[in-house]
Amino acid sequence: MPIDWFPLWLSLRVAVVSTAVALAVGLWIAYILANREFRFKEAVDAMVTLPLVLPPTVLGYYLLVLIGRASPLGKLWETIFGSPLVFTWKAAVVAALLHSLPLLVKSARAAFESVDRSYERAARTLGASEWRLFWRVTLPLAHRSIFAAAALAFARSLGDFGVTLMVAGNIPGRTQTVAVAIYDAVEAGNGAVARTLVLVVSIVALLILTLANRLSPR
Amino acid sequence: MLQARLRKTFPQGPDSAGFSLDLEFQAAAGVTVLFGPSGSGKTLVLDAIAGFVRPEEGRILLDDDLLFDGATQVHLPPQARNCGYVFQNYALFPHMTLRENLMFAAERRPRLERHRRVNEMLETFRLADAAGRRPHEVSGGQRQRCSIARALIVAPKLLLLDEPAQGLDAPLRAEFYEVLRQVRADFKTPMLLVTHDLDECFELGEEMLILREGKIVQSGPPRNILDQPANIEVARLLGAFNLIPCEIRALDPGRNTSKVQMGEFELDGPYFPGRLKGDRVTMCVRPEQLVVSPRLGRPGPNQIPAELKRAVEKPQWMRLEFEGGIVAEIGRAEFERQRDNKGWLIEFQPSTLRVL
Repeated sequence: MPIDWFPLWLSLRVAVVSTAVALAVGLWIAYILANREFRFKEAVDAMVTLPLVLPPTVLGYYLLVLIGRASPLGKLWETIFGSPLVFTWKAAVVAALLHSLPLLVKSARAAFESVDRSYERAARTLGASEWRLFWRVTLPLAHRSIFAAAALAFARSLGDFGVTLMVAGNIPGRTQTVAVAIYDAVEAGNGAVARTLVLVVSIVALLILTLANRLSPR
Repeated sequence: MLQARLRKTFPQGPDSAGFSLDLEFQAAAGVTVLFGPSGSGKTLVLDAIAGFVRPEEGRILLDDDLLFDGATQVHLPPQARNCGYVFQNYALFPHMTLRENLMFAAERRPRLERHRRVNEMLETFRLADAAGRRPHEVSGGQRQRCSIARALIVAPKLLLLDEPAQGLDAPLRAEFYEVLRQVRADFKTPMLLVTHDLDECFELGEEMLILREGKIVQSGPPRNILDQPANIEVARLLGAFNLIPCEIRALDPGRNTSKVQMGEFELDGPYFPGRLKGDRVTMCVRPEQLVVSPRLGRPGPNQIPAELKRAVEKPQWMRLEFEGGIVAEIGRAEFERQRDNKGWLIEFQPSTLRVL
């Protein structure tokens, strides 16, 4: 029986988009957590980290409540894009984000905090705006750790099962990611397909982790 | 011209003693040195002027610009203060070449002027050959010159330097003083220099502010401060004095003389304004102002006999430590001639004596 490679491509696509969104949102959150003092700062950090420790079913439930067709966010999405968010591949991106974002925020915050304060101070006395300071000084000095964090976030997005199943479902050819497809194949007694996909996912993950290690600052 | 009045308190914490900064000073053209022991608040003063730290009260005025005013809640961000800052570790951006470091600073200048200005600075600070290299690939002297050039390229109205010669070896230190003297002559930017090195104060400072526990305890030209420390604390901070308890036995303003009892000996001194007969005071005299000679016969006027406890070799002189804690300095050749002395006489020349 020929193997359907769609789940693998879908997973890669989901992981790329989720990592990109996590970078855009996560770097910003991490930078604020690392540089500003405000009340409830550690509470915000804990909120962002929470998805790492909650069971997937709990997260899936929250997401269904938050972005389901009956929720305000879900309705807003439907008005703007004309179709529901849940049970599409975009919902799988949201599910993957729950894992990639905390990883990214945690590592990026640590990376920003490890940049010697005197560089940022120097840039300020030289008249650099906060924007230029971020792009020209802080980010370049932290970039290795952040690449490594993004690689980890990517690998983690690739493998989500529980949350994806709850919010994106298991629609072959549309929302069936590789993790779900493997579960499906095992259930159906389709050992050859399961073995091949497991092997491919393991190799991809291993490659990404090797890359992450090489990028980490020594 | 910088005028600053600053107040900031740090409450006592579980693992830190309380600290309060409360001072007022002015710094005109030239180099003003902030001298004090570690923990006296020197760097805090720089950080408040640069805008990294917000004082609770006070006012910072640089020429006509109000940088901070506690009463009206003015607190300009560091970007708007026009203060150059040379950090202790230089803080050159490690991912940029020396030229890029300067370019980063010059970016607010018009595009055409930028390159010319950067090239000028590279020439002035003898960095042209190393311009393409990153900070960790160049010598300590080049890093140091680059950090000064980078701070000056934005034409600051004030240059703040935080112990920039700390941890440098002697040749680099001398080179650095030379560069700063050059900067003082060429750029006319007033400089505020933090140090705890007395030599540095004399090498560079026109004015000196002595800081202790967040307060200024004395200010003035370094030479004047060394000639007349304001009190025992200042004398101790400068660390270059014999401090000997005495009692004033007689004062004669007419002849500008006095008699001072030091242990069992009576010495002649100058008239001490504001002191009374019978005052217990601390005699303050620098080691190099004492005249030591071999003990032959009876002590002359203002000479006291003393046992030599220890002679310590210094690069250019000998430091002689006598019984009773009195320290004197004499040239090496002089000491070689006299090293077999049985006993010594220490002469306190009246004009050199100060009391605190």
